[in-house]
Amino acid sequence: MSARPFAIAVAFVALATLPHWMPGIYYVNVASQILFYAVFALGLNVLVGYAGLVSLGHAGLFGVTAYAAGYMLQLGFGHPLAILAALVIGVASMAIYAALSLRSTGIGFIMITLALGEILWGLAYRWISLTGGDNGLSVKTRPEPFGFSLSDANTFYYATLVIFLLSLAAAMVFVRSPLGAALMGTRDQPRRMNALGYHVWAIRFCACLFSGLLTAVSGILFVYYTQFISPQTLALTSSAEVLLMVISGGAGTLLGPIVGAGLVVVVKTVVSGFIERWNFLLGAIFVAIVILMPEGLVPGTARLWRLAWRKREPGPGAIKGGAGAKP
Amino acid sequence: MSALTVTGLCKSFGGLHVTTDVSLNVEPGERRLIIGPNGAGKTTLFNLITGELTPDSGSIQLFGQDITGVPSRRRAHLGMARTYQIITLFARDTILHNVTLALLGLSPARWNPLIDLRRQGHFVEHAQAALERVGLAHIANRPLSQTSYGERRRVEIAMALTQNPKVLLLDEPFAGLSIDERRDVQQLLLAIPRDVTIVMIEHNMDVALEFAERITLLHFGEVIVEGNRAEVVADPRTREVYLGH
Repeated sequence: MSARPFAIAVAFVALATLPHWMPGIYYVNVASQILFYAVFALGLNVLVGYAGLVSLGHAGLFGVTAYAAGYMLQLGFGHPLAILAALVIGVASMAIYAALSLRSTGIGFIMITLALGEILWGLAYRWISLTGGDNGLSVKTRPEPFGFSLSDANTFYYATLVIFLLSLAAAMVFVRSPLGAALMGTRDQPRRMNALGYHVWAIRFCACLFSGLLTAVSGILFVYYTQFISPQTLALTSSAEVLLMVISGGAGTLLGPIVGAGLVVVVKTVVSGFIERWNFLLGAIFVAIVILMPEGLVPGTARLWRLAWRKREPGPGAIKGGAGAKP
Repeated sequence: MSALTVTGLCKSFGGLHVTTDVSLNVEPGERRLIIGPNGAGKTTLFNLITGELTPDSGSIQLFGQDITGVPSRRRAHLGMARTYQIITLFARDTILHNVTLALLGLSPARWNPLIDLRRQGHFVEHAQAALERVGLAHIANRPLSQTSYGERRRVEIAMALTQNPKVLLLDEPFAGLSIDERRDVQQLLLAIPRDVTIVMIEHNMDVALEFAERITLLHFGEVIVEGNRAEVVADPRTREVYLGH
């Protein structure tokens, strides 16, 4: 068994048995948070990593979905309908985002998504009749799919794990697909892609919709996890946080955003219990990542690993590298 | 019917007239050479023909069909392919993947988000065949970043050829090549069948004159001389603006 499938198997077993070896409910909840933030980061990574489009307004989409679910539930609709409506509203909001912001790329794209995110934040804050303003919206109950009540931390974790794995699989299939290859082509050489017959705008639009879907899924998990949503969730700092997850873990990789989500959530929730100035620590970690591994933790570690391996055993290492590169 | 007809094409950038009333008529199967000193508007003319720039006035027809308002990407589907003077390839990917992207561009499968591209055998076979044609099949799986300049030029040509174009626009395919590489590329271009019409911009007169049947000389965005090889070379205006006294 080579290293990669072995590592995947170990990770899978660890995740599947996590509630049994975690020291307490608190840590199971932290794991749930990591998983739904990982889905969020995977969604943003579709744009940042594979399309080369940096969005600073994704927390707006995340929040709109959460508010939509919360509002539907408050109106008395059932969970399935609330979830469906929230997904539709989340993806539709992304479509509007995309239609407005895909007029440009680079800095222009960043600024337009930033502005759109701020508009949604402003709406959440001021449209009190709909959102409850500063008081936010509460969600009284969690759904009970197939009779499993998600109000228990362990069952909620497992539900999140299943959705996380489905999202990861979806992202994996997308990245390997022709549309995924086309998207990466538009990231690297948009002009050439256009000359080769690709509709660059439409490809980017499709990527936005997929990103929006993953973001909406994570927004729904979030609102059921916290059972509360307030304008703070849509703030620029939230958009920046998920962007940092993507960049620190490694944009344009599938594992990177997951590792980034783990890092940010652990520092924010666990480490903040021990260190009052956890923001400072998070900042220091990012500075270290940017200096030591500008490509992100996952590709950076892989690079250092290869380097160390080659230095120790130049002969077999070289052969292994060659054989690994072939398929 | 002509393969490519350009009528009264004009393009200005601000006050600079880069293309002034250019008209061309390229017959099917023809090998046309476009020459001219630096800044004559040769690449701009290509960008207008492929639709990357929109002309201020004038029209472009491809096999009798007016394509002046057709977007660039649609022109690829209508049978127009080009190479770039400044190499424009996907540096992170393998040579094979570069060519596969060219194939995929004309296939409806490019919209498919569900299948695994690497498992699509026909794409791999076609791409491999195109690389065979340009003599790069043996290094198909090499990342593009590890290839030489000459190899990249050939990848550019392979990408254009794999789209089975009716009209092929080559922007300085010999630029920056060594003598040996130049000979390879020349052989490659001579082997392209006659159902492909070729328009080529080239500075290197030795290889280019041998290749072309008709030559158009551009100067300050205007067509100065047009004719067959002997006519253009003998024309005093060619000597004046281009070949030197």
